[in-house]
Amino acid sequence: MAKVTELLKNRFFSGKKVNRTVSYLLVIFGYVLMIILMKAGMLTSHFTSLLVPLTSYIVIAIALNLTVGFSGELSLGHAGFMGVGAFSAVIISGLLLPYVPNTTLRLIIAMLGAALVSSLFGAIIGIPVLKLEGDYLAIVTLAFNQIIKTIINSIYLGYDNNGIQISFVKNKLNLGEGAVTILKGPIGANGIKRISTFTAGFILILITLLVVYNLIYSRKGRDIMACRDNRIAAESVGINVTNIKLEAFVISAALAGCAGALYGLNYSTLTPAKFDYNLSIMILVYVVLGGLGNIAGTIISTVILYILPEQLRFLQDYRMIIYAVVLIGIMLLTNNSWFKVQYYKISKRIRKKMREKKGAAA
Amino acid sequence: MTKMVTYPSGAIVPERDLGYTPVLEALHLGIDFGGLTAVDDFNLIVGKTEIAGLIGPNGAGKTTVFNLLTKVYQPTRGTILLDGQDTSKMTTVDANRAGIARTFQNIRLFNNLSVEDNVKVAMGKSYSYSTLGGIIRSPRYYRQEEEAHERALELLRIFDMQNLAETAAGNLPYGAQRRLEIIRALASRPKLLLLDEPAAGMNPVETQELMDNIIKIRDEFKIAVMLIEHDMKLVMGICEGIAVLNYGRIIAKGTPEQIKSNPEVIEAYLGKNREG
Ligand SMILES: Nc1ncnc2c1ncn2[C@@H]1O[C@H](COP(=O)(O)OP(=O)(O)OP(=O)(O)O)[C@@H](O)[C@H]1O
Ligand SMILES: [Mg+2]
Repeated sequence: MAKVTELLKNRFFSGKKVNRTVSYLLVIFGYVLMIILMKAGMLTSHFTSLLVPLTSYIVIAIALNLTVGFSGELSLGHAGFMGVGAFSAVIISGLLLPYVPNTTLRLIIAMLGAALVSSLFGAIIGIPVLKLEGDYLAIVTLAFNQIIKTIINSIYLGYDNNGIQISFVKNKLNLGEGAVTILKGPIGANGIKRISTFTAGFILILITLLVVYNLIYSRKGRDIMACRDNRIAAESVGINVTNIKLEAFVISAALAGCAGALYGLNYSTLTPAKFDYNLSIMILVYVVLGGLGNIAGTIISTVILYILPEQLRFLQDYRMIIYAVVLIGIMLLTNNSWFKVQYYKISKRIRKKMREKKGAAA
Repeated sequence: MTKMVTYPSGAIVPERDLGYTPVLEALHLGIDFGGLTAVDDFNLIVGKTEIAGLIGPNGAGKTTVFNLLTKVYQPTRGTILLDGQDTSKMTTVDANRAGIARTFQNIRLFNNLSVEDNVKVAMGKSYSYSTLGGIIRSPRYYRQEEEAHERALELLRIFDMQNLAETAAGNLPYGAQRRLEIIRALASRPKLLLLDEPAAGMNPVETQELMDNIIKIRDEFKIAVMLIEHDMKLVMGICEGIAVLNYGRIIAKGTPEQIKSNPEVIEAYLGKNREG
């Protein structure tokens, strides 16, 4: 028995693995709890409706933490990737509707398609920008977010018995028999078949955790963090910084696309305006408050910061103000040298205690 | 004392390295920063297993030479041959892969990574599993991670740092950080190891240990070491060939004995820094 607990401790609760264990436990516990409460009829329909978007935000927040926390590159436009993923998924799901009646299969295909398209956009942005040193990515992703919103705003897409039709800027669709319009410019998409489920979101989070943690604890993860910590030193030991940062960014974009697909296929109507700058900043706030490079923290902060204002409706108008205040507070706190010293002292004391305990045990 | 032999060009290398391609041949190397010529007409040959010293007063251009050799800076003039291969036009990454690794005067570790991970990052040449292989945990991932772990500990043992493997590099004491930088550079399997003031901030005991370890590294890995150092005891104690830099130019080359008794060197360097 002692051996088993020892094994469990070493496998799941030692050093850096703690964060991973906590993340998985949180997600599984949260899921089971929600399902039980739902089955018991203890959740309001409003609350239940928040669950799928919540899972989607958790996924994109983890994805953004990969870019900002682990790779050390600021992205101010991750909602753009989410939007690309959402509308790609809506289009794919819409086009496949007659051919793939199984909703689970259609959701999977739509998600893979969304991941592919958004990772493509990630590469298009990352290849030129990540060659440069400095915070250029922040500016370019910000612009990308705006541009992609405008582009989706101007797409008209539909099909009839004769095939697919697409037009830009003006609605020139001339659909005949069997007409289905999927995208209507600024109006976006409506009549979407809602195929996302809370369970699908739960599984997507698990996959995201698996991808990100396994990446981080492999050679590429070490490279990603090394490039963040010291670019010149990384180059001096043969790491191609641009490629490493690009890989991290593309994976992050792909996951953001999956989050978008889950989100997009959860509503019957979807407008491009949803995926704007505000959403990007909101996700960034989740990540910063949860802790850069801290995935368990990201999950917790996303749950709290998304559910709380939604539940406290009267706070809604003040939400952005509260974000601003909290954000400034956190920045002051984390950049305050007194606070840093205190934190260092405390963590040193804890480590010393743990070492003493270890020594006493041995 | 190593017997040094003189090439017809005037360059000297240890006798045991005769018949082998020199690990480094720098030819007329130079760089200008705007109007300032930081390094000019830098010519140096380093033997295959030589421990070479690069000394000179503050601001002489020593670190700049290292930055040129590792291609952090693009030379304005000249050629670099690393084990016979022209690296003058390479990137820093490719120069490292061609066989040059270094430490930094102002320590540059991956502060948030553990000591072991700092070493593993430099072992890029020894892995072949892909990003996807890492995510899905292929058999190759397990095998190579295990190998990397073993090799990292083995390298850490050189400086008796294996017990610090899990510590974050940024939390190490200063001397240990310098030693870790050396181990990290070694992990990339260089043919030439450049050390920029490795003994800076170390006490005499630590410095003596470092000297023994530099020799041990050279003997064990059969590589060349070139070091910049202000500590004359270290330089004169372990360097076989020494080049003296002043205002970006080499003013003297030779064995420790020759350098010690060179009036120009005493004037330019030793004289000024006697107290320091
Ligand atoms: N990137 C740069 N831009 C402009 N000038 C530079 C640059 N790098 C170095 N220099 C200049 O080149 C000269 C040589 O500097 P370097 O750092 O190589 O000296 P050093 O010999 O290593 O000195 P120390 O012993 O103090 O480390 C200095 O005058 C420095 O200001
Ligand atoms: Mg220097």
